[in-house]
Amino acid sequence: MATGPDTSGLAKDSHPVPPGEYLVEPGYDFGSVTDKISSIVLQRRTPVGWFVGFAIGFSLLMLLLFTMAGLLFKGIGLWGPNVPVGWGFDIINFVWWIGIGHAGTLISAILLLLRQQWRTSINRFAEAMTLFAVSCAAFYPIFHTGRPWLSIYWLFPYPNTMGLWPNFRSPLIWDVFAVSTYATVSALFWFVGLIPDLATLRDRAKSKPWKMVYGILAMGWRGSARHWHNYETAYLLLAGLATPLVISVHTVVSFDFAVGLVPGWHATIFPPYFVAGAIYAGFAMVLTLAIPLRKFYGLEDFITLRHLENMAKVMLATGLIVAYGYTMEAFFAWYSANTYEEFMIRNRMTGPYAYMYWCLILCNVVAPNTLWFGRLRRSVPYLFFISFVVSTGMWLERFVIIVTSLHRDFLPSSWGMYAGTRYDWSAFIGTIGLFITLLFLFVRFLPSISIFEMRTILPGAEVEEEHP
Amino acid sequence: MTAKPPPPRLYGLMAEFHEPTEIVAAARAVRAEGYRKVDAYSPYPLEALNEALGFHRSWLPPLVLLGGIAGALGGYALQYWASVLEYPMNIGGKPYHSWPAFIPPTFETTILLAALTAVLGMLALNGLPEPYHPVFNVPSFALASRDRFFICIEAADPKFSLDRTRDFLQSLGPSAISEVEP
Repeated sequence: MATGPDTSGLAKDSHPVPPGEYLVEPGYDFGSVTDKISSIVLQRRTPVGWFVGFAIGFSLLMLLLFTMAGLLFKGIGLWGPNVPVGWGFDIINFVWWIGIGHAGTLISAILLLLRQQWRTSINRFAEAMTLFAVSCAAFYPIFHTGRPWLSIYWLFPYPNTMGLWPNFRSPLIWDVFAVSTYATVSALFWFVGLIPDLATLRDRAKSKPWKMVYGILAMGWRGSARHWHNYETAYLLLAGLATPLVISVHTVVSFDFAVGLVPGWHATIFPPYFVAGAIYAGFAMVLTLAIPLRKFYGLEDFITLRHLENMAKVMLATGLIVAYGYTMEAFFAWYSANTYEEFMIRNRMTGPYAYMYWCLILCNVVAPNTLWFGRLRRSVPYLFFISFVVSTGMWLERFVIIVTSLHRDFLPSSWGMYAGTRYDWSAFIGTIGLFITLLFLFVRFLPSISIFEMRTILPGAEVEEEHP
Repeated sequence: MTAKPPPPRLYGLMAEFHEPTEIVAAARAVRAEGYRKVDAYSPYPLEALNEALGFHRSWLPPLVLLGGIAGALGGYALQYWASVLEYPMNIGGKPYHSWPAFIPPTFETTILLAALTAVLGMLALNGLPEPYHPVFNVPSFALASRDRFFICIEAADPKFSLDRTRDFLQSLGPSAISEVEP
């Protein structure tokens, strides 16, 4: 990933940058960058394609509401989990969505601290993706309680009517703390990043009502040097806080499994392997979103091939870590000399869910290795395709970890099989609808690329120092 | 800007520039001239501008540190109080005060309070939300969020005098000078 500091595409005058290496295609200045990004939001006519995409997302969202109504009327028996597989789609999808969110924070916080300038044009919508993915994830733990209006004292540190508090020794409560903190900090980070751009929209909106809306949201931001000074400090501090946070979130999610004694879960490799998997899945989702976004809104000049290639490289690197995780799972099952662990891995590879496991290996171990080839990394259709492969692979990974570990554990007399019911699938598809709906609304009403940060990487942004 | 009917009250004088280098040079000159009630406006963060205006370091980092410490103590205290004092409950034979298990929530509350302090502190130090500010009375100031740079000397500055300050700003070569109504 290290491309060196000099290929940043800024110094177009000093030495030529090979095509496809620009962060921003040459020829843009502060004004044209601002106009181009803000026009997506401020244009009068909404493109027809937007309505089509939104309609699809919204219909699927209705499916989610239908599922929720069913769950509330009849109870979570509509879902498939039962003895011995007590955790099914709800936790599979929860982990899948939370993982997807991680790339947004990685791009916005960790790459900021590492001074990776290529994050600039993708951080805004990646952060939005994080927020929406966390919202989708939140659906599952809340609804799996069956009576979500009571979950406030099952989940949050609050005594119930008997005066009993949640058990703070349980990873499930750690999870509540981790995920709710993550959701809050991601929302704050996103909103803080938006403030200067909201001020731009306020100053550029033509219609009075939108001027008011953006004006209220911008809170009177006027870009004064004092503002920027505190702002930059706050942004950097938030990045510093979000970095350990994002690593902690999937670590804690992995504790939900690793602290348990079930063979296949009780492994120390889980935290790093989960975090790498989360970033891997998240970058796949960023690619899934970035490719159509740049295409339909003509943003190829800002989200360049270099961005896509860098994301592919991150996917390759994290994919290799995930592959190492699978290898270590198998190795430890053998090295532990524990009958149950050994059986678990054999059952995973050859048992009734073996096809799932081998599909997972195909998606997460074989497929990312094609990204070693530069030609494939620079092929946009291929990246779009592989991003779906990776998203599928990561969903399969969670299915394999959860279901194959539980369905045949210690006592053969209590073995069983698990499959998602119609309501499991409708909840999953419904949350995808929620995700799509929120994304379309975001793209229409907020700048999907950070305008003020784009200005900072333009060639004209540098202050030329004349030494006295 | 024809004759000079003495404006009844004035917030200040504002000069407009097109290039980041110009605004930084202007800010240095304004500072060197002895003006102190000055602020500059740019469409993106310019560290050099800050230094040129001689602003002090932000108070935000110590505030965030305090927020983080409060979060850590508060989070741990909550768990200690609930698990040891308020309703001690034997779960799996683990000690009431199982401190290693209390670390993950403590970590999260630390981050939560520090992050909230960073955001609310930034807004408070910047005086936001601020529904009204005189600089918005200058029509071209709308471009401050697009591609223009502005520097404004407030009338409240002891050195401020409408004519002399205007002449001084003119000498910096701005593209326009506007009077900012209060």
